[in-house]
Amino acid sequence: MTAQARTRHIGLTQWATRRTLPRAPNAWVLLLALPIALPVLVVLGALTEPTGEVWRHLSQTLLADYIAHSLWLLVGVAGGVLLLGLPTAWLTARHVFPGQRFFSWALLLPMAMPAYILAYTYTGLLDFAGPVQSTLREITGWKYGDYAFPDVRSLGGAILMLSLVLYPYVYLLARAAFAEQSASHDEIARLAGLNARQRFLRVGLPMARPAIVAGLMLALMETLADYGTVQYFGVPVFTTGIFRTWFGLGDLTAAAQLSGLLTLFVLALLLIERRSRRHARYHHGAPAQAQAPTRLRGPHAALATTVCLLPLLLGFLLPTLQLAYWAADSLPVLMSSDFLKLAANTFFVAGAAAGVILLLALLIAFLRRLDPRPANLLITDLAQLGYAVPGTVIAVGVLIPLGFIDNRIDAFLRAQFGVSSGLLLSGTLVALIFAYAVRFLSLSLSSVEAGLSRVRPSMLDAARALGQRPGPAFLRVHLPIIRGSLLTAALLTFVEVLKELPATLILRPFNFNTLAVRAYEMANDERLADAALPALTIVLIALLPVILLSRAIGRPRH
Amino acid sequence: MNMPKTLLASLIGLALSVPAQAAEVNVYSGRAEAFIKPLLDQFTEQTGIKVNLVSGKDDALIARLQSEGANSPADLLMTADAGRLYRAEAAQLLQPVVSQTLQKNIPAQYRDPDNTWFGLTLRARPIFYAPARVKPEALKDYAGLTDARWKGRLCVRSSDNIYNQSMVSAMIEEKGPEATENWVRGLVANFARPPKGGDRDQIKAVAAGECDLALANTYYYAGMVDDKDAATRDAAAAVAVFWPDQEARGVHVNISGAGVTRAAKNAGEARQLIEFLSSDAAQKWYAEVNHEYPVKTGVEPSATLRALGSFKADDINLDALGKNNAAAVQLMDRAGWK
Repeated sequence: MTAQARTRHIGLTQWATRRTLPRAPNAWVLLLALPIALPVLVVLGALTEPTGEVWRHLSQTLLADYIAHSLWLLVGVAGGVLLLGLPTAWLTARHVFPGQRFFSWALLLPMAMPAYILAYTYTGLLDFAGPVQSTLREITGWKYGDYAFPDVRSLGGAILMLSLVLYPYVYLLARAAFAEQSASHDEIARLAGLNARQRFLRVGLPMARPAIVAGLMLALMETLADYGTVQYFGVPVFTTGIFRTWFGLGDLTAAAQLSGLLTLFVLALLLIERRSRRHARYHHGAPAQAQAPTRLRGPHAALATTVCLLPLLLGFLLPTLQLAYWAADSLPVLMSSDFLKLAANTFFVAGAAAGVILLLALLIAFLRRLDPRPANLLITDLAQLGYAVPGTVIAVGVLIPLGFIDNRIDAFLRAQFGVSSGLLLSGTLVALIFAYAVRFLSLSLSSVEAGLSRVRPSMLDAARALGQRPGPAFLRVHLPIIRGSLLTAALLTFVEVLKELPATLILRPFNFNTLAVRAYEMANDERLADAALPALTIVLIALLPVILLSRAIGRPRH
Repeated sequence: MNMPKTLLASLIGLALSVPAQAAEVNVYSGRAEAFIKPLLDQFTEQTGIKVNLVSGKDDALIARLQSEGANSPADLLMTADAGRLYRAEAAQLLQPVVSQTLQKNIPAQYRDPDNTWFGLTLRARPIFYAPARVKPEALKDYAGLTDARWKGRLCVRSSDNIYNQSMVSAMIEEKGPEATENWVRGLVANFARPPKGGDRDQIKAVAAGECDLALANTYYYAGMVDDKDAATRDAAAAVAVFWPDQEARGVHVNISGAGVTRAAKNAGEARQLIEFLSSDAAQKWYAEVNHEYPVKTGVEPSATLRALGSFKADDINLDALGKNNAAAVQLMDRAGWK
């Protein structure tokens, strides 16, 4: 990157010219982002409590083990999602080969698969008593101990499961970035004599870096928050420690302290990531011209098809088939009014949450861009950390302030007016959607910000100079450019809420269930056949927005 | 000054008032919806009392009760093990219930001495073995599982699981922490593989030949016997049950149970619901549909469970399971039971 390109952009010129930024946060940030950050602050607040005997016990026994396994899991999943997400994104965004149009949306499908369901499914397929090994033994006549078969319930297995469901984050964000890279960069690279591989490594990849890193961060945060998969596979990671401390030792404070440490770790990662690209800018220098895709032929085309088929096959087709096989017996349940209500609940709560979170993300993204004083950035960063905290812990972080506020209001009304309000927020859908916002704001915000980073500030300045007010300027300048990113943000949160379990489980109102709750309750009782139908329905519902999105972003721009 | 305040009070009162409701009871349940809802529906049918349900993880529901405080809408807490009921009681979330019916229906060792919680069903944790490779005469008690002859032949799930924690808690109560830690070390030394999967997976591993012995709950085994999937039924058929410690303290059992919350607004209805759950009809449903052992004497277990034979159950007071739980977990951590 040239020195000229390294100038920092802030957004509107008025902010760029301001010498010193105010220290206090913007009132809007306080209003919008602080409540979202509150549960994380509750978790972090536990760090100020005195540490008990539990810590001595943990540090003497398993803490080192937890940390080591978590780090390996992170490294493994990082490698896995990049390996699966980047080549597929590059291939489908910039090339034409058999199946390319299909793959460009179908590669998102594994996202709809809850990781722990994938874990159960693969265990069913691959364990000693499962169909794969049984068939192997039937064919060969081997018995137990006669052959070595990799055990899916291991650290490696957990890395594979999480990579398979999380690579779509990298794929989705990287693909959008690759597709929008301007033709001129590629032409210059060609003129400079770079071959296809070099163009990918030296131009395409560096230009897409913010998007790739954003996708990677999401995958890693989700990995750190995962409990279902690692617990079932018996991999002792940091979350295992958190829940063992809470459920086993009955010490919620120490569990919150462990979560607080995890949160600090993620905050450090976020800050390092931001610092590393502080001076770079990634929007186009020239009007973006859609790039003509390269047509692949012969062995290259076959290779491309294979590379794209593999994650789809392992992350979606195979497990879906297994689930469908298990679900076949319970198909009549599908039409029962109870099950339809379950599906409708799930759909509407996910839709509502996706809408609310998108709006929040959009407002916060603009605040960050237009008014990047450190206090604003810090609070909005904190508001994103909910994604890396295990859902059950963040749910407690939601419960505590809501319960406090509700009880305070009730006490006030009783004292002043002699009437009781009971709990106004706790145990309502509002509380649940609030918890989803806490958990998934980061998901929505990173897509929105990835989109905004491709809007040159000068475009908005030009619009403002031509007398447009900020509102219309946004509608005419930003919206067309970031439309795809907004849809992506809505889709990601919709699918995540669809399969969200831990917060739903604790915070939902009476008599309100979702498909994920049903699937979990059956799977947790080790009734996989009964868990299959709700799990499969989650996948089917998730198909809808995925197809919608693919049609929307597939349409030619400009 | 007073007038507007009164006016405001009545306005707020009006806004908050809910139209008078039919009798209802609000339940937080650590048991999954599918395994309790049909019974709750029966209760509603019989009494006209509507039941509202939130199911979830026991500890999380306890945390919810705590943060909601005196205003919590929950009247009844149901959990799938005694340890959590103890924990809820210790956090002062439950209230005592006076009920002749409950005293009569539920044997003393399966309810709290202060009547804050009541056991409703039992699950036993016996030894499962492969008859093809293990003679039942070689088995005697839990202590015998640490024998060197079982090296590399024992499967059991992670110590994260409450059933293992309760089992070790019970042993601490009876044999003291030191003897128990030695026992756990011996057990770990005999593991066929690092603990993973659920109880069903341990039984399947015995069936497949990966190990010869497993510790698992009867509840899961009975579910496998009646499973829709033929391979699962075959796996169940390939293992047998051994009831340990029959000449001593008896096989380890845990309960699922319920207690009325301290915040209950419908304490009477909540008591009625527990009484209903301890009745013959409900106990029979638990037995037949869920394959749990009834707590009420005189109610028969399901045919599947009867086929496993009868047994002597450990009659230790179940409060001990909750009291010793943290010690049990720390002990298993030290002994290397993952």
